[in-house]
Amino acid sequence: MLKKLAIAILALFSASALFAGSVELIGAGATFPYPLYNKMFSTYKKDKGTVVNYQAIGSGGGIQSLISKTVDFAGSDAPMNDKEAKSAKADVVHVPTCLGAVVLSYNLPGNPKLKLNADIVAGIYLGKIVKWNDPAIVAENAGITLPDLPIVVVRRADSSGTTYTFTDYLSAVSAEWKAKIGVNKSPNWPGTTMGGKGNPGVAGYVKKTPGAIGYVEIAYAKQNNMVWASLKNSSGNYFDADLASIAAAADVDLPADTKVSLVDTKSPNGYPICTFTWILLYKEQAYGGHPQNRAQETVKLLWWMTHEGQAINETLDYGKLPPKALAIVENQIKSVVYNGQPIQK
Amino acid sequence: MINDVKLVKRNLRKDRIFVGIISVFSLLCVVPLIVILYFIFVNGASSINWNLFTHDGGIGEEGAGILHAIIGTTEITLLASLIAIPVGILAGVWMAENTRGKFSGFARIVVDVMQGVPSVVLGMVVSIWIVKPFQSFSAFSGSVALAIMMLPVVIKNTEETLKLVPGSIKEAAYALGLPYHRIILKIVLPCGLSGILTGVLVAVARIAGETAPLIFTAFGANYVNLNIFKPMETIPGIIYKSYTFYGEGASVAWGASFVLVIFVLTINLIAKVVINRWKVKF
Amino acid sequence: MASPSRNNEMQLKTESSRKATLHVLFFERSFRKLLFAMVIFMILLIGAMLITLVVFSIPSITKFGFSFLTGTTWDPANDQFGAFSFVVGTLMTSILSLAFSIPFSMSVAIFLGEYFTSGTLSSVLNSALELLAGIPSIIYGIVGFFILNPFLIQLLKVFHIQYAGVGIFSAAFLLAIMIIPYSASIAREVIQLVPNDLKEAAYSLGATRYEVVTKIMIPYSMSGIFAGILLSFGRALGETMAVTMVVGNSSQLNWSVFGLGDTIASRIANEFGEAFGLHLSVLVEIGLLLMIITVFFGVLGRWIIQKTSVRD
Repeated sequence: MLKKLAIAILALFSASALFAGSVELIGAGATFPYPLYNKMFSTYKKDKGTVVNYQAIGSGGGIQSLISKTVDFAGSDAPMNDKEAKSAKADVVHVPTCLGAVVLSYNLPGNPKLKLNADIVAGIYLGKIVKWNDPAIVAENAGITLPDLPIVVVRRADSSGTTYTFTDYLSAVSAEWKAKIGVNKSPNWPGTTMGGKGNPGVAGYVKKTPGAIGYVEIAYAKQNNMVWASLKNSSGNYFDADLASIAAAADVDLPADTKVSLVDTKSPNGYPICTFTWILLYKEQAYGGHPQNRAQETVKLLWWMTHEGQAINETLDYGKLPPKALAIVENQIKSVVYNGQPIQK
Repeated sequence: MINDVKLVKRNLRKDRIFVGIISVFSLLCVVPLIVILYFIFVNGASSINWNLFTHDGGIGEEGAGILHAIIGTTEITLLASLIAIPVGILAGVWMAENTRGKFSGFARIVVDVMQGVPSVVLGMVVSIWIVKPFQSFSAFSGSVALAIMMLPVVIKNTEETLKLVPGSIKEAAYALGLPYHRIILKIVLPCGLSGILTGVLVAVARIAGETAPLIFTAFGANYVNLNIFKPMETIPGIIYKSYTFYGEGASVAWGASFVLVIFVLTINLIAKVVINRWKVKF
Repeated sequence: MASPSRNNEMQLKTESSRKATLHVLFFERSFRKLLFAMVIFMILLIGAMLITLVVFSIPSITKFGFSFLTGTTWDPANDQFGAFSFVVGTLMTSILSLAFSIPFSMSVAIFLGEYFTSGTLSSVLNSALELLAGIPSIIYGIVGFFILNPFLIQLLKVFHIQYAGVGIFSAAFLLAIMIIPYSASIAREVIQLVPNDLKEAAYSLGATRYEVVTKIMIPYSMSGIFAGILLSFGRALGETMAVTMVVGNSSQLNWSVFGLGDTIASRIANEFGEAFGLHLSVLVEIGLLLMIITVFFGVLGRWIIQKTSVRD
């Protein structure tokens, strides 16, 4: 009896391996665009039938998975740095898919809408401004009573593209931050800070901790019904993050490799912490036994995401790829080859 | 005389206070269990709907369910058990049969070492062994990690159960001319079946709830996947990913927690029943 | 005198029965070898695990040496790694959890081992403890995150302590609940093993039950109780999920019980997926360190239990 059961189970498992018929793509990385990618991939599954399994483990995790070749593509809000590029040992193409904004969300009684300027934000994260009723914050927010509550600083525990964008902003607006810490996916945060896992983790901690402040992608703050601050941009005006201010910040010329920083935008109506998010994949897709049909499906997916899929972006508060960027994005996708032959013509 | 009475009275009072304190602390131990079960049931029950069990989908997606996680946990746990149970029982038999000698002492220490390995370290090791060389996250690698976690529990349990089987039964079997493998497989193991089965059930319940080793091995998936050589979602995995997610996220986490707790409680209940009904009394 | 045909018959019978015996002997020997092979397999598995951990730690060990354990800067971006804050966090949460749990586990052990050894109350409490032990770590984590943390914020406000809701305290609290069943069950078993004549001798000298328990039984079972405590300490050290969900994941060295911290297991769970090169080697090294400590306490505890049970 036991033998029969064992044989049956083994047969089931071997049969399951035969389900390898349909192509399933696997991607990993940023939590920043996850709400959008989730919607995109489920729509793609309905329309085209290809299943895409995207796991949001953070941009650093995505890049690492791509380097280990355990995924077909990675999602990252930070372009690969030199160390990672060296580790990858092959060219990696960066394809932008959408625009997003990083907002500072906080937990205060009454949920007031605060105005924060660059000095305040840098001061908080440098550990210099420690209470909510600090004169610097009070000065920008006349008419709002700020409590005598210590500021609990929340940041990302994992290696994150959202962190990269945020530290990029801090380095641009604060010489001290630039000198001491710089831009990084997992910087050496000064002082004692709470680490949340992924954008959801940071949002979760801010929601539950009185006096907390954290940086998250706007979709997360919105969907969690949290309040976030408007920031002063380089032209001296306060802007809230919305589709208009994101589009204004993205109104730049894209370089050929699409790696560009949008923070501390010089655009007068732009929100100061915006960024593209990219899908990363190997330029030469015929690596280590990577089958051709997977490469083709991946490129097809990218083409769809940057064209038909863009219709979904704004419904979830992500910015569409600017029209003048589209040609460059298409070039990037067309540069992906299999055994030297371009996949997307 | 009066002093003696006072002393005795004081001692009796100390005695009563002591019992009082002990009882209060002991009964307080039940409080966390009640709190956990209460909140899991209350929050979980409100998230339980037909949709949860019939749909898969990404975290935070509208209408997403945990079907893929339930199937995933079942498959990964089953595979891990298939690997660990035969190896564990056979090794446990050897341990019970060989209680003397330096090697047997060494083997026992090795089992203790295996039991002490932190689950996350095990996940790292299996990830290095299987995920990185084959360049693929897979349910199989997750099962291997879980199997290694199950192994010492099954071994120890088998050993202890079989030690309770009286030697006279084995000797009678030898006297009747039965060969060794028959004695073990047809006489001794059936005698200890209830104890061994209980241990196996408890081990299964334990690994079904494990998250850490699966993070870097089975990884996770948004859709139902039956292929053990691909990433697969599990119930603890989906809880970990969705508990801070907005909207439906937390509700999915509570629903999945509810399912997991019910599963663990059921296994414990079955284990108790198994002990009582199948136990061979000597 | 046997007829020739009968002789053949008997010869055939001996032939086939000899073949059968050889068959059986073959299975018997193979079976014994199989049992032994399983044990060897298990030993090789652990060996392979240790070798993997050591080999992958080597880059980290050669780069940092011993200063790795005393350094407090954890900066993956600049390849600066000092694990001291996690070692401190691990020890703080585990030792604190022991401190929280011992009064409870000792009480339960005495309650079930001496006062209520049988009956419905005893089986209910026993089942409750078994269930507590069986509840998965992630469930503790989710209940800790949503229920315990807000509760602790309010509770500590009463004592004028500003608590952020996550931190060493929450982690220690959860760990304490998780390890109570382990130390309680071992302590209960050794308490029940105290010989009756010892107890009766004390009673006959006029001792109260309280005195018998505290002055006779506990000292007698002290090594077993101690072993149980060591085992639960080992368990607390390696606990990952419940801790990582409530401890705050801070990299900064922190000695305050009400502050944020991180443990070795939690840090590995957070960073292994994104680590490569030196970073990966560093994580493997602290994992190896954690394993050595956890295994040490586990093996030591079990050895003490074995010794004390042999004594009886």
